[in-house]
This record gives sequence, structure tokens and C-alpha cells, in this order.
Amino acid sequence: MSEKQPISEAEIQHWADGRLDASRRAELEAWFAAHPEEAERAAAYQGFNEQLHLRFDPILAESVPPRMERAARRGSRLRGLAMAAGWVALGIAIGTVAGWQLHAQQAPTPSAKSEPPVIARRAALAHATYSPEVRHPVEVGADQEEHLVAWLSKRLGGEVRAPKLDGEGMALVGGRLLPRDPGPVAQFMYQNAQGRRVTLYVRTEGPDQRETAFRFAREGNVRVFYWIDRKFGYALSSGDLEREELLKLANVVYRQLNP
Amino acid sequence: MSDAQSLIEQIPRLRRYARALVGDRATADDLVQDTLERAWSKLHLYRHGTDLRAWLFTVMHNVHVNRMRATRPTDPLDDDMPEFAQRATQGDALVVRDLERGIASLPVAQREVLLLVALEDLSYGETARVLGIPTGTVMSRLARAREKLRAFMQGKGGAMLQVVK
Repeated sequence: MSEKQPISEAEIQHWADGRLDASRRAELEAWFAAHPEEAERAAAYQGFNEQLHLRFDPILAESVPPRMERAARRGSRLRGLAMAAGWVALGIAIGTVAGWQLHAQQAPTPSAKSEPPVIARRAALAHATYSPEVRHPVEVGADQEEHLVAWLSKRLGGEVRAPKLDGEGMALVGGRLLPRDPGPVAQFMYQNAQGRRVTLYVRTEGPDQRETAFRFAREGNVRVFYWIDRKFGYALSSGDLEREELLKLANVVYRQLNP
Repeated sequence: MSDAQSLIEQIPRLRRYARALVGDRATADDLVQDTLERAWSKLHLYRHGTDLRAWLFTVMHNVHVNRMRATRPTDPLDDDMPEFAQRATQGDALVVRDLERGIASLPVAQREVLLLVALEDLSYGETARVLGIPTGTVMSRLARAREKLRAFMQGKGGAMLQVVK
């Protein structure tokens, strides 16, 4: 029994992996016939491949954990960042022009009320639920703001806007859709440099709802200013900001939403 | 197909490899999670049209190496010391258990090569690119890994050979 070329260790590895061409494989197998110990060793190597697949292939059929899928999707937002930044810049430019025209407009003044209505309670609950989230505070991030606003507008059945609070040191984190109350609800989340968060709860109101003044409510640790304005009811919630700071933000939100 | 969809498609294979590489499910899934997050931050380095899966294995390799450095700063990766001590128990009849112990007993540099070639079916050249080593090193690590695994399995009463034949 003689082989044309000496058998190398690398070729034994190739054989075990089924990566030799047919003629060389035949030569190795002829050589194995004359070298049973080497044949046994190579067969063991080949067997490991099968064992590895038997043991680990079932993992391919396991359902993908949601957090992993979110991690895989996240980047489509990251890549949208440059475009989103452009839209934000445009929005600021438009906002500045609009701002000149509404300087005379008055926001409603706050008035007290004894028991918080549904909107304040639900807004506070939604705030308490999502604002502590570190990894997934929002469904759609601020880097996809255009998509976020379009999506929420469609679901709420009217033009929804995400106010710009950058002037108050609050950057938009993003938003999410919340369960019906009784209609669909949007939540926008903002965060300042210290990580303090504010959420704006927006729901559609029935046609018979009158506009209201700002009202203040407190649910547990969460402070809420809420008001109704035309088609929508709004509630601005925070567990971190003092009442006066929150009122100031509520005024900014109101002015921006009423150009 | 979007990048996100392409990435999602790769998740099952990343999980299979990670599980074989690190052993337990929670650690493996954390490794996949970190890999996906890092992949997004490095996506500009990925050349479209090339093998996304191989590129993701590279990302995972780097994440894994960094994690090991963070937890065991003095450990060289290429030496012959196993990543963690695994001693086989006597009389364990389950071949798959032995296989997992045998894999865990390999130095991580050898384990990566063995798994990329034997489980993930990467070519020797792809494996070399994923790990950033010469193809010759792939072949020598592969040979050492297999021989070490064989010695480990023979120590288990030759259960493997019966399965193979």
C-alpha cells in the first residue's frame, strides 16, 4: 500500500470534515486501511462533528427571546439617526418662526380640583410603569421621530405632535402606544441631562369635551398636570420634577401644541 | 432585506454557537445580546455582500474575548489551560454530557476553532478570518482540540467510539 503523497495531519482534519476531493479521500481511506489506529482516530474526529450537531442543532429551533429581537432591530433606528437629526433641526427652525406668531397667546391658568380624573390617574400609572425602564423605555426612539409621530397620529386618528422641550433641557427619548382609554393613547417620554424623566400622555377626547384649564393632580409620587384642548386630552407627568418646574413645562407644551 | 431582518435571521445560529462556546444558556444568551448590540455600533465596518454570519462570529469572538479579559485579567487566551476546570464524574452514561464537558475542558482558543469548523461548518479560511489568525494556526488548533477531546472521551470508557462506529 503506497500513497502518492505523504498523509499530513491537516489532511486527516480535512477528511474528518469531509473537505477532501474524491481522489484524495480515496487515497487517505486506502492508507487508513493499512493504519487502523489512525483510522480509528480520524473516525473519532468525524464522530465529534456529528455529536456536536446532535447536541446543539436543537437550539436552532428555539424561539428567539424578544429582547434579542429588539437588539437586532435597534440599529435600524441608529442608522436613521442622521436623517432624524435633520428633521429635528427643521422642526426647530419652523418652531422658531411659529414662536414669533404666538407670543400673545395665553396658556390656561392652573386650577385645583379635589379628585384626579381618569386621565390623571392613568397617565400617572403609565408614567410609573415606563419611566423607570432603562433598556426599553419607549417603543420607538427619538431618532425615528418622524415615524413615531406619523404612527401615533394614525393610531389616535388625528395629528399628534411631540413638543420640543430641548429649550427646557428635556430631550425626547421616544414614544409608545398605550392601551385604549377609551381611545388609543400615545405616550412621549423626555429626559434631562440628570436622567430625570417626564412623560406626556395624549388621548383622544369625545366631541362633547370642553377645553379645560390646567389641573394638577398627584398620584403617589407622580405629579401630573392635565388639560383638554380641542380633540385631545393631555397629561404631563413626572416623579422627579417639582410642581413649579412641571407647570413651566406644561406651559411650554401647551404653547407648542397651539400655534 | 433590511439589516435588522438579516440580523434576526442569524440569531438562532449565533445562539447555537454561543451555547457550545460558553456552556450555560443564560451566559450564552447574554453573549448573543451583547454581540447584536455591538454589531449595530460596528455595522459601518461590515462590507455588504460579504458573509454576515462570519462577520457576526468575529464580533462575538471579540465580545467574548473582552468579557474574559474583564473577568480574568491575567489569563492568556492561547495557553493550554482550560477556561474553567471541568472534571468528569465517574460513570456518567450520557454521551452528550461527556461531549459538553470535553468541549468545556478545551482552551477557549481551541474550542472556538473546533466549533466554527465542526459545528458551524465554516471553511478553514473563514475560520482564520473570523479569529484573525493564520490558516495554519487554525489547522494546528483544530488538530490539538480534536486530540484533546478524544483523550477526554476515551477517559470516559470509549463511549464515543461506540456511537461513531
